[in-house]
Amino acid sequence: MLPYPLLTLSLILMWLLLNGFTPGHLVLGILVAVFASWAMASLRPEKPKLAKWYLLPKLFGIVLYDIVKSNIAVARIILKSGRRSHNPGFLTVPLDIENHTAIAVLAVVLTSTPGSAWLEYDSNDRTVLLHVLDLDNEAEWRDTIKNRYEKLLMEIFA
Amino acid sequence: MMQSAADMPVWAAIAVAFFLLIGSGLALIGAIGFMRLPTFYERIHAPTLGTSWGIGGIMLASMIFFTVSSGRLVFHELLIGIFVTVTTPITFMLLARAALHRDRAEGNGNVPDKPNRSQPAREVLGESDPRRG
Repeated sequence: MLPYPLLTLSLILMWLLLNGFTPGHLVLGILVAVFASWAMASLRPEKPKLAKWYLLPKLFGIVLYDIVKSNIAVARIILKSGRRSHNPGFLTVPLDIENHTAIAVLAVVLTSTPGSAWLEYDSNDRTVLLHVLDLDNEAEWRDTIKNRYEKLLMEIFA
Repeated sequence: MMQSAADMPVWAAIAVAFFLLIGSGLALIGAIGFMRLPTFYERIHAPTLGTSWGIGGIMLASMIFFTVSSGRLVFHELLIGIFVTVTTPITFMLLARAALHRDRAEGNGNVPDKPNRSQPAREVLGESDPRRG
């Protein structure tokens, strides 16, 4: 009946947020969500397993904090860019996570954090090529990605 | 019942102004960076200011303003934030990989090659980019 309960629920929520809560829109939203998740099921995507979903808020908090921090750092670099104070560079990081959803989440996290950009993932070598705006401390970047994000993601999508 | 903007309590007005300035300021800095940074790969970092806390600040300001002025909880702006955050990486990787492909094909300087498949993976991975220094 409902192949993707989370997807269905989020679609209903989104419908109600966009249209305002009325009983009529609730019914319409449920209808749309159920049919949309059937359509999704016929695409047969890989179903993500959330092993420790309660760690998601922790990840969210960490990412939000890092985004604030790197926003300030990147704004400073741009405003001082006449003086060439930063040291941009490429960085190849081997990844241990295999779950596609987890990799996608990691890509979103790294891209929405200003100062680091996800360029390409090589699924043969399981490495990702990043571009970093300020590569002063390469070991620190590797450490952040491996220990701060990847470990947590591996726990969530076990 | 909608109030006019002038009737807003002071604390709300200050919070709205604060977040609006933060958001629009970061978007402006992002645009300046987009213009001033020297290489393509550096330039793609600049607009992410606008898509992270740029949109975040404006979103918060809008949520506070409409919640206070209409007297009920308004938070559908969150959807804009979610969709911008989730869709940015797609455009972003598309542009970056196109640039990488072009630079590799034309041999434009300092772009790292595709990892060499014939070697054991781990050896190639540890190396950093020639661009440094």
